[in-house]
Amino acid sequence: MHSFGYRANALLTFSLTILALMCAIASLSDNFNSPSPTASVQILNVNRFQKRSNGDDEVAITLEISADLQSLFTWNTKQGNLSSSSSSSSSTRFFPGFLQVFAFLAAEYSTPKNSLNQVSLWDRIIPTKEDAKFSTKVKNKYKFIDQGSNLRGRDFNMTLHWHVMPKTGKMFADKLVLPGFRLPESYSSYR
Amino acid sequence: EPFPHFLIQNNRATEMKWAANHIHTLKSFHFRRPITQLITVGMIITSALMIWIALMCIMGSEAPIVVVLSGSMEPGFKRGDMLFMRMSNDPIRVGDILSFTVDGREIPIVHRVIKVHEHQNTGEVDVLTKGDNNSYGDDMFLYAQGQMWLKQQHITGRAIGFLPYVGWGTIILTEKPIVKFPPFWNHSIHGRL
Repeated sequence: MHSFGYRANALLTFSLTILALMCAIASLSDNFNSPSPTASVQILNVNRFQKRSNGDDEVAITLEISADLQSLFTWNTKQGNLSSSSSSSSSTRFFPGFLQVFAFLAAEYSTPKNSLNQVSLWDRIIPTKEDAKFSTKVKNKYKFIDQGSNLRGRDFNMTLHWHVMPKTGKMFADKLVLPGFRLPESYSSYR
Repeated sequence: EPFPHFLIQNNRATEMKWAANHIHTLKSFHFRRPITQLITVGMIITSALMIWIALMCIMGSEAPIVVVLSGSMEPGFKRGDMLFMRMSNDPIRVGDILSFTVDGREIPIVHRVIKVHEHQNTGEVDVLTKGDNNSYGDDMFLYAQGQMWLKQQHITGRAIGFLPYVGWGTIILTEKPIVKFPPFWNHSIHGRL
C-alpha cells in the first residue's frame, strides 16, 4: 500500500485531475468576459471592376480597415509575437509566438442566384493586445469574384470577424456587421 | 489399491478417482487470477471503444477528435494539438474551421472557410477553404481534379475546441505528418499536405 508504484499512481491521478480542473476553469472564465470591439471600414478606391472570361464579375478594391479589438484579450488568450500579416510557410518565424486572435473581413451580399455570398477579402493574425488596435490601408488579399454577373450596383455589408484562440478549451468567434456599401453601377478598368 | 478388472463398480470408482486427480491438478493451476486480469483488460479496451463511439454519436461526426499533424493552420493550431470536431446542422459560414475529405483522399484536412456561396431555393453551398498558414491563395489545389468548391457532403465536422500538445502521443506512435484519426481507426496514410 505504500510502495512506489501506488504512490506514483496516486500522485499522477491527482495531478491530472487538478490539471483538468484548471483547464475547465480557465475556459469558463472566458464566459464572463464581455468584449466591446469597434471597427470601421472604408472603400478608398475601386481599382478594377470587370467581367472575367468565364462570365463571373470580379472587383479589386483598396480598403481602409480600422479596428479596436483589445477588449477581446483575456488572461486565457494566447500571447505571441508580432508577425507579418502575409502568410509564411516557415513556422520558425512565429516561434515561440502563438496565435491569439484571427481577424478577417468579408463582403456579404445576396444575388438572384445565391441567397447568401460571403467572400473573405482580408485577414490578419493579431498576436498581442497591443496589435489589436490598428488601422491599415490594404488591397483585397483574396479575389472578390461573384458566381455570375451580379455585382454591378450591388449593395453589400462588410463583416469583420474575429476568432479567439484560448490557451485551452473552447474557441469562440463573433463578428461586427458594417452595412451600407455599394459597388459601382458599371465596370471600370485598372487605373 | 487393488485394481480389479471384472467388477464395474470398482472401474467406476477408479475413473472417478482419476477425474478427481485431474480436477485437483487443474485447480492448482490458479486459473482465476489470469482470467480475471484478461477480463479486466478486455473491459478497459471495451470501455475505451464505447466512449469513442459515444463521442461519435454526440458529436455527429466520424472523427470527433483529430490530431493536427501539419503546420498549415499555424500559429493557431500547431502540430500535436488535438481538435474536437462536431457536425451540426448549422449552415456553413465564412470563418468556420472545418474538417473535410475529398474524393481520392481518405485523410480529413482541417482548414478555414474563406468563401461561401449559398444557392437560392436549394440551400446548397459552395465552399472554399484555406489553411491560415498557407501562402497559396486557397485550397483548390487540394480538391479533386476540376473541383472548384467543397459541398456539404465533403464536410465531416466543425472545430469547436482544442487541447494543445495532447495529440503528440499519436504522432509518436505513427510519425506521419498529416491530420488523421487516432491510431486504432487509421488504416492508410498518404503524403504531407
